Amino acid sequence: MTPSHTVRTAGRSRVRRLAGALHRRPRLRLSLLLTAPLLWLAVLYLGSLAVLFVSAFWTTNSFTSEVVKVWSTDNFEALFTTPVFRQVIWRSIGVALAVTALCAVIALPIAFYTARVARPRWRPLLVVAILTPLWASYLVKVYAWRLILSEGGLADWLLAPLGLDGPGYGLTAAVVTLTYLWLPYMILPIHTALEQLPDNLLDASADLGARPGRTLRSVVLPVVLPSVAAGSVFTFSLSLGDYITVQIVGGKTQLIGNLVYSNIELNLPMAAALGTVPVVVIVVYLLAMRRTGALSSL
Amino acid sequence: MRLNRSVKAAVAVGALLLVTACGSSDDEGGSPSAQSGLNPPDLKAQSKLGRTEGQVNLINWAGYVEDGSNDPKVDWVSDFEKETGCQVNSKVAASSDEMVKLMKTGQYDAVSASGDASLRLIASGDAAPVNTDLVPNYKDVFGGLKNQEWNSVDGTAYGIPHGRGANLLMYNTEKVKPAPDSWSVVFDGASKYKGKVTAYDSPIYIADAALYLKATRPDLKIENPYALDQKQFDAAVDLLKKQNENVGEYWGDYLKEVSAFKSGDSVVGTTWQVIANLAEDEGAKVEAVVPKEGSTGWSDTWMLSAKAKHPNCAYKWMDWIISPKANAQVAEYFGEAPANSKACDLTSVKDWCETYHAADEDYWKNTAFWNTPIEQCLDGRTDTKCVPYAKWVQAWTEIKG
Repeated sequence: MTPSHTVRTAGRSRVRRLAGALHRRPRLRLSLLLTAPLLWLAVLYLGSLAVLFVSAFWTTNSFTSEVVKVWSTDNFEALFTTPVFRQVIWRSIGVALAVTALCAVIALPIAFYTARVARPRWRPLLVVAILTPLWASYLVKVYAWRLILSEGGLADWLLAPLGLDGPGYGLTAAVVTLTYLWLPYMILPIHTALEQLPDNLLDASADLGARPGRTLRSVVLPVVLPSVAAGSVFTFSLSLGDYITVQIVGGKTQLIGNLVYSNIELNLPMAAALGTVPVVVIVVYLLAMRRTGALSSL
Repeated sequence: MRLNRSVKAAVAVGALLLVTACGSSDDEGGSPSAQSGLNPPDLKAQSKLGRTEGQVNLINWAGYVEDGSNDPKVDWVSDFEKETGCQVNSKVAASSDEMVKLMKTGQYDAVSASGDASLRLIASGDAAPVNTDLVPNYKDVFGGLKNQEWNSVDGTAYGIPHGRGANLLMYNTEKVKPAPDSWSVVFDGASKYKGKVTAYDSPIYIADAALYLKATRPDLKIENPYALDQKQFDAAVDLLKKQNENVGEYWGDYLKEVSAFKSGDSVVGTTWQVIANLAEDEGAKVEAVVPKEGSTGWSDTWMLSAKAKHPNCAYKWMDWIISPKANAQVAEYFGEAPANSKACDLTSVKDWCETYHAADEDYWKNTAFWNTPIEQCLDGRTDTKCVPYAKWVQAWTEIKG
């Protein structure tokens, strides 16, 4: 036996022993596998959230705007007592809810068409068509809406025969634009749910004498609702965090993102305090959605 | 070898001490001025230029430091690099607040600060005094720009003027009749154009309201729109809250205002000369005027960092950017009045300096240049405290609602 051969066998048997040890200890195996991704989640994601939260308790020097690391709850007090902050927080939540509701109302019939009415041959193409806007730049789409909603623009022109004016720039414009932006995120889960709806359920409903309306209410909607809730997680959280759309088409409207943005240079702790608001709101929203079973259909 | 190095270091330190000891003798009189409350750290300007360091790090507004990479025809940096051997590294900042923040890092040598940043930089000791004798082109700078309250303290210069512009009243000539000659069209009379009024989206815009109140509410006794006591400040904020009901949108990005005036979504509001020119070029029917109450404006200053690692290159740059040719180029590219009087002969558009009122000191007398509001009133009042900028920022959020 040559020395090198001995070394190789020893090395091989060591690997074997390690493999055997891992095989006998599934928990050790699992922890080795998950340590890296969990560390990433805990340190980078939760860690940065924790830093955000902690820095919200600091203050700034009012003239040089340097962060002063002295513990104080002033920022949160201001958050709850300043009328303008409360107003903007409620407005932001209202916008997110309105966008979510509009998306759901528009997405349901579209998804029903793409998943059940259109010929099977066309369905993949229709899904691609729904996804296409997601390939275009966010800014291009929002600026397109700025043109559509401008004075004498497409919206005014379309509504003129009805004796109406377009909404102009403002809260309505922001809701409409956000609805357009996030609609695909609502259509897709509903489309998937409807596609998986077994035909025989509908047949059974018809056999038992239900009219289409009754079938829709008693069979289709209960199956689809969790996916509407799943889509709403996207539309709600994306709308709550947006501040660029509202800057471009929102006229003078301020949402919570705009407040964070305007504080970030001069008063970082206040920006951090404001930044915790959407985090809390979305956690509450996710907990509420979990009850509907939406998270399992994501 | 080791000894050798420490000898060198000692010589270097000695030279540095000598330079600082000689210092500048810019403290003329040193009598307490309007800004006696502003006590910057006692820094001295260097008395002579040393060897250039091979590079310089600048913080600047977009369009101030162009080396041809944005537009091959727009380039006043390459020649500077060739001539001085100083490689220019430019960092574009989007706001005065960002500039202040970047200067605090100490990684930059100079900044093109507007008046609402410069005092903050001086007070915190981030900006160093500048020896104007080391900037040969300084002698050709318009007198109205030298030793102003936003670029000097007690006669000590803290920077080299770059150029200036006024915030004008722009209106749509077809929709706004009669032609306005007063800011009242965007304040007390704004309801006539409800939803079509626009305003600059920055806390510093509160000064525009104060300037209007200075003319219309003599009982408030406003002297300087950047030195407002609580009562004066509240009046300005109230006026802006009323204005908010008639505002369609605020503009921060100048292209946004151009598009709003082109489409007719905005018909009247505050603007810059360059925006008025652009809107007119693109076919909007607009006119921009200085109303009878005067107007606010901005005057930018190249300031030297107190922690500059490349001060000699920074001095070379400050001299270069106000040299007649480069100053003409940058003024034309950005749309402002040049600081150097000789730049007026070198602009490619012949009547540039007339359009931008470069030499028209009477025009600028009516202009209240952006300044940083601080607790010690800038107008020299000592019996009251003024509202500092941090409060302006909060109020601006409340005004927009």
